[in-house]
This record gives sequence, C-alpha cells and structure tokens, in this order.
Amino acid sequence: MLGWEFPPFISGGLGTACFGLTKAMNQLGVDVTFVLPKCVDPSLATHVRLLTPGALASSSSTQAPASGLEHVTIRTVDSLLDPYGRPSEYRQRLEAILHEKERKHRISAEHGRDVLAAFEAGGLGSFPAVEHYGGDMFAEVQRYAREAVRLAMECDFDVVHAHDWMTYPAGIAVAAVTGRPLIVHVHSTEFDRSGEHVNQGIYDIERRGMHAADRVIAVSHLTRNIILTHYGVTGQKVEVVYNGVEREGRARTPYVPTPIRREEKIVLFLGRITMQKGPEYFLMAAKKVLEEIENVKFVMAGSGDMMERSIHLAAEMGIGHKVLFTGFLRGEDVQRVYQMADLYVMPSVSEPFGIAPLEALNHDVPVLISKQSGVSEVLTHVLKVDFWDVVEMANKIIAVLKYPPLQMTLREHGNFEVRRLRWSDAAQRCLSVYEDVCVRV
Amino acid sequence: MPSVCFYFQVHQPFRLRHYTVFDRSGSYFDDFKNGGICRKVAAKCYLPTNRLLLETIRRFEGRFRVAYSITGVLLEQLERYAPEVLSTFHALAQTGCVEFLAETYYHSLSFLYSPAEFVEQIRLHVETIERLFGQRPRVFRNTELIYNNALARTIDAMDQFDAILTEGADHILGHRNANFVYRPPDTQHLRLLLKNYSLSDDIAFRFSNQHWKEFPLTADKFAGWINSVNGNGHVVNLFMDYETFGEHQWEETGIFQFLSHLPEAVLRHPDNNFLTPRQVVETYPAMDVVDVPHLISWADTERDLSAWLGNPMQSGALHEVYRLERFIKQLGDETLLADWRRLQTSDHFYYMCTKYFADGDVHKYFNPYDSPYDSYINYMNVLDHLKRRCNLLAAERAAQTHPTAQHV
Repeated sequence: MLGWEFPPFISGGLGTACFGLTKAMNQLGVDVTFVLPKCVDPSLATHVRLLTPGALASSSSTQAPASGLEHVTIRTVDSLLDPYGRPSEYRQRLEAILHEKERKHRISAEHGRDVLAAFEAGGLGSFPAVEHYGGDMFAEVQRYAREAVRLAMECDFDVVHAHDWMTYPAGIAVAAVTGRPLIVHVHSTEFDRSGEHVNQGIYDIERRGMHAADRVIAVSHLTRNIILTHYGVTGQKVEVVYNGVEREGRARTPYVPTPIRREEKIVLFLGRITMQKGPEYFLMAAKKVLEEIENVKFVMAGSGDMMERSIHLAAEMGIGHKVLFTGFLRGEDVQRVYQMADLYVMPSVSEPFGIAPLEALNHDVPVLISKQSGVSEVLTHVLKVDFWDVVEMANKIIAVLKYPPLQMTLREHGNFEVRRLRWSDAAQRCLSVYEDVCVRV
Repeated sequence: MPSVCFYFQVHQPFRLRHYTVFDRSGSYFDDFKNGGICRKVAAKCYLPTNRLLLETIRRFEGRFRVAYSITGVLLEQLERYAPEVLSTFHALAQTGCVEFLAETYYHSLSFLYSPAEFVEQIRLHVETIERLFGQRPRVFRNTELIYNNALARTIDAMDQFDAILTEGADHILGHRNANFVYRPPDTQHLRLLLKNYSLSDDIAFRFSNQHWKEFPLTADKFAGWINSVNGNGHVVNLFMDYETFGEHQWEETGIFQFLSHLPEAVLRHPDNNFLTPRQVVETYPAMDVVDVPHLISWADTERDLSAWLGNPMQSGALHEVYRLERFIKQLGDETLLADWRRLQTSDHFYYMCTKYFADGDVHKYFNPYDSPYDSYINYMNVLDHLKRRCNLLAAERAAQTHPTAQHV
C-alpha cells in the first residue's frame, strides 16, 4: 500500500482513512506493507490518537513492524510531500529546510542560494545535505516513485494499492516493474481541492493514475461521478467503498460544564479553513443566525489558507465578537471542543467523503452537512443543506439550538447510525476488489 | 353469511409550505402543492373510483354497498380544488347504499391530548357530513383506527353512535377472529367492528406485489377466500385507504377491473351479501367483549402509536400544539382557531417518524419532506409563528380594554 500519513503524522482525513483501512485489513489477516513518505515537518503532527511512534522513529526505509498491527509493515521514504500541499507551499518548505540545513552545517548563505538557484533551473542538487529532496513537488513525486520501486523489489505482494495523486506515479512504476495489478484509491480529486482552478500537472498525474489502474476505488458516488465525467474513466472500472469510523475505545472524559456553556450555545466548524470547506458560507449563516438569536457563539477550529480572510470577513460582517478562531486543535482539545458543541457544521463546497462528521456523531454532537459531500450518501440522521443556501443553513442551526427534542433525536439516532459505518466493511470491500483483479490478471 | 363490509378512508392533509424561522407570513399551507395533489388524486382515484362504484351500485340494484369516512380537511380542499369530486360523492349518497362515518374533522390525535377538543371536532365533522350528504353518521372511526377502552367510553358518553371501527389486532383478539361483531367493556349499546387486516391488506398492499405467492389476485380468488369464512364468522370487514384504487395501486395493475368484478364474484354465492357498518350492527349480535386497555392503531406491523409518537420530536411537537388550546380558545379568533386545528392533523407528526427512515419504505412514499428532521423544523417554525400571532392579538386586546396602557 502506497499511502500518506500514518499516526502520529496525521493532518487530515486522508491519514485517518489510510490508518483505519490498514488497521481493519490487519484484523482480517491481510499482510500489508505500508510505504509512506516520512514527514520532516513536526508541525504536521496529529490531532488523532497517537500510536507508539517508535516504529517510525527509525531511519529511512528500515523495515519496522508496527505495534498492534502484526500483519502490517511500515516503510518510510524521506520526503517533503504532504498530502494537502500545493506546489508553491512545497517550494517554501524546501527553502525552510535548506535554511535549517544551512544553519546546521554552517554553510555560507551564498552557497545555499546557489543550490536553490540550481533547483530552480530544474537540476537536482548535488549538495550532500539536500540530495534527498526534489526541486519541486512534481520532481519529488517522481523521486518518491523511484524510492518506492526500490523498496518494492525487496518485498513480495499481490496487489499495489495507491492512495491519492502523489502516490499514483509510484503505484504505476511499482505495478509496471512487478507486474502486479494496480488499484488507485481516490480520496479526493483536484476538482474538490481547487474548484475550477485546476492545476494541470496534478490533474494529469491523477488522470494517468486512474487510467493505468486496473481498478479505481472512489470514496463516494459523488467522487465516482467526478472520476467518470472529468477524468473519462469507464464506469465498470470504478467501485465505491465508503469510509468508516473508529469507535473511541477509551472511556469518555467526564463532561465538565464550562461557564461559557451556561449562557451560550456553541456551533462548531472543525476542519481545514480552505476554499473546499466553505468557511465563508459558515460565516454568512452565522450572521443570519445572529439576527434571530443572541446567545450563541461560532467556533472555527482549524487552520488553512483562508483563515486570515475568514477572520477579516467575520469582522467586516460585524460578528467578530461572536466568532472564535482556535487555530489547529489536537488531542484533548478536540475532545473538549466536541464536548462543548451543540452542533457541528460542515458546509463543504465539495467533499469527496468527509470523516469529520462521523467523528462528531461519535462524540454525540448533532451534525449539519452540505449535500455536496460524499458522507451525505451514507448518513440519514443528520441535517442536510445545499452549501450555498445560507438562509436554510441558518434556519436549521437555529432549529437545533431552539428545539431541544430535535437535538435529542439527532443525537440518539445519529450515534446509533454511525456505529454501522465500520472500517472492517470498507476493508472487506477492498479485499473483494483485490480478489477480482487478481483473478482477472 | 358472511357479509362483506367495505369502508374507505378518504383523507388529504393541508401540507405546510417551506417555512423558515425568518418567515413572518401568516399563511402556512402550501396551496400550490395541496391543490396539485388534490387534483392529481381526484383524477387518478376519487373520480374514476366513484364513477365505478356508482355504476356498480346501480347495476346491483341495492345489493352492493360501501361506507366512507371523508375528513373535514379533505372536504375543504375538494370544495376549493376539485368540486366535481364532491358532486360524485353526493350522487353516491343519493343511492341509499352508501354510509358516511364520523371522525375528527381534522384527522387529529386530539383524543390523546384533549377530550374536549376531540368531542368538538367530532361534532364539527358530523354537522359537515349532514350538511353535505344529508345523513347523520351513526358509526365512529378514530384517526388511524386508534382505539382503547377509554375511547369507547368517551364515544358512548356522546350518546349518538352505534358502533366504532378499529383494527382487528391479534393481541386484542387472542383466539378469537375479527369476523364477528364485538363490544367494548362497560358499555351497553356500543358495538365494535374489527378490521380483517389480512384480507384488507391483500387488496391495499399486496395486490400488485409480484413476489407475493398469490399474485395475481383475481376477484374470483378473493371471493373464494370470503366464502371460506362461511361458518366461522358473520362479517368480513375490509377497511382501507380509498387511495388504494388508482393511487397506491395504479390503474395499470388492474385494480379497477378487480374492484368492478368483485361484487359479482362475491354475490355469486347465495349466502353472501354486502352491508354497511350500521347494517352490520343491526344484523348481527355482539359475540363477546373485547378488552383493549392499551392504545392500538392500524399502522405498520406494530399496530401501535409509534408512527406518530415514536421519538422526542413527535411527542414534543404534539405537546406544544395542544398546550396552545386554552389560549387559542380564549382568544376566540376564528382564523387562529382554524390554523391551529389544521396543525393537529396526524400527518404532520407522521412525517417526523424516524422509524424505518433509513430503510426508505412506505413512510417515505407519503412524505413530502426529505427527512423527518426537516419536517419537524418546518412544523415548529410554523407553530412558533402561530404563538407569536396569538400573543400579538392578546396584546392588542389588552391595549383596547385599557387604552392608557398603550402610552405607558
């Protein structure tokens, strides 16, 4: 399996999905070799449950059995890739790393700049400290592919399973070298992340991956439709496998009412604050809600490239004092914010699946999601709204805050429903896809 | 013997329009949708079925009979959107072979929350039926055949009914069957007619089901089942929604041919006949007392109230609407009273049902909303606005009686 993020290096849904799926496969007794780029940036660390990071602490490409995952081998490739990165950000990160290296190795600033210039020209650096990293994101993706092939030669497997675009080239290469069938798993597409301002390079890689694959797994019918219409893949090749959610094993932290709760209701937005997640619709709905009721606060938990704009927007609307920005939350803080929330809102403009609402339901928080999300295909005991319909969104938010029986019923049924969405079912469906391609080949 | 007793329930609610918390208008009902549905059902069901039954009654010269319960809220809508249906019902009433039953005018669950309101709504319905069709109902059926001993006592105390119809639920009958006349405990004159749910549902639900082992159902086959009751019952009570004909079972399924051939097939056996509920209680004695301490209904397989009272939203909404009763009646404003009563129609609460919601079954078919949550939100927003209007009126009244208060 060629993947992304694994605890403790998780920054979003993709890592959660890879982890959940792999763990469930492990329980089904499937041997999984999980290859992932080793993130060097510690700020990407997790808000999800931490596994012993000991296995990952060892150096690059050493074989390490993961704790609690006896059938899983995790192998890492040093890389700067992160699953939500844009080419420009990659560039910034590379510069930051170079800076760091410069400092450590006491290398003159001039020399460093030269290396950067060399990267700009497209050449790979010969400078010892940075030779691991490609000069731009695309080169890095290619380098990751080469590393993956090198790793693949050392182990034995029946199927190559690649998660999202950055691993597609690696998937294609490994499948070509070993002659094994390729499955690409689409957790999101460039159209979800960027709307109509698609990065052609990423699109090309995605398209090549989907066409080279023996099977494509989409996380929802919404995503499947995008794959069929925007990428021209034939329908027979594309299967839908919904994500699951992990029930929290540990006892819930006892609920301690905080003073803020006494007077004020809390409506929660939790996720990356980016175009895709629809933060401005959340704010517009908040404005409408505040016209009608006073005692409510809106919490935006997360970070992202639209955070600053969202703060300005809230201020411009005159609701700045009612909207709280918490920044990126992790661990206990996430638990706490869920405990305080009266309603979780996911106003995503385009959401291939959306695991966060399942987590909210797991925490007994009622959920309002946009109809433009894959998860709305599997959830019935939630409120649904078109992301652009802010009046209806506000109407529903107010209803939850105003009519306790609604909150009660949503919570009861929602929590019950979410228990039926299990990773083991998702793993089982992936397995049958595997069996299908293995027989065919 | 046996006699066949047909009763058809004819009802459409006043559906609410989409009403957000930001709305300030006092018009709550979706005239466009209600008119459209009324005309559609009239064209597919009410008109063709009425026509067919009228012909059949004439053909059999009095030997074929049926009974109807038409809700007040539907009569209002028919008057407005499809008056030709009213005239065909009127023509049916003129044949002397059609009996009209009494129920709560607003097809409400008022019995559960306000006995006074319950009785008022029955009176209103009886008057309306008498005015429109020239006969005073003597037999009562409650919304969704909801029934228990207490209901029988309330109806008995009104002293104007001979019988009540309800569901022939297995758990109230025990070893007995539904094909006899029974009576409630502690009453003398009142009789009970129980629905034969198996034969009723063969027509209402299973008729067009191709996976049913009896498919296709012919009039002769069904008449054979009726004949087999001979010797083990007096009457087969076939109670169903009138919309079964042409709306739930489409014309293409052959439901109209079935209905038109059934009287002939049943009457072919010399012992059989058709009776209306009132004739049934005049003809046959009560065989036993049926004790129903707990509420029953004709809904779903549970035959209980969980379709209207199964979750906190439903009980919350019902509680809220009946809490307004005293206030509304004190105000004495006709428009407010009518709006309030239209909000009591049981369908509003049925739409909020979360039972089976995830499986997408029969509940969904009748539901104008995408989800029970949407219907609850809509209903509560409307109810909230109705309260607001009441408060406003009360404040105005107070200002009029104490003019100085305005200036304070």
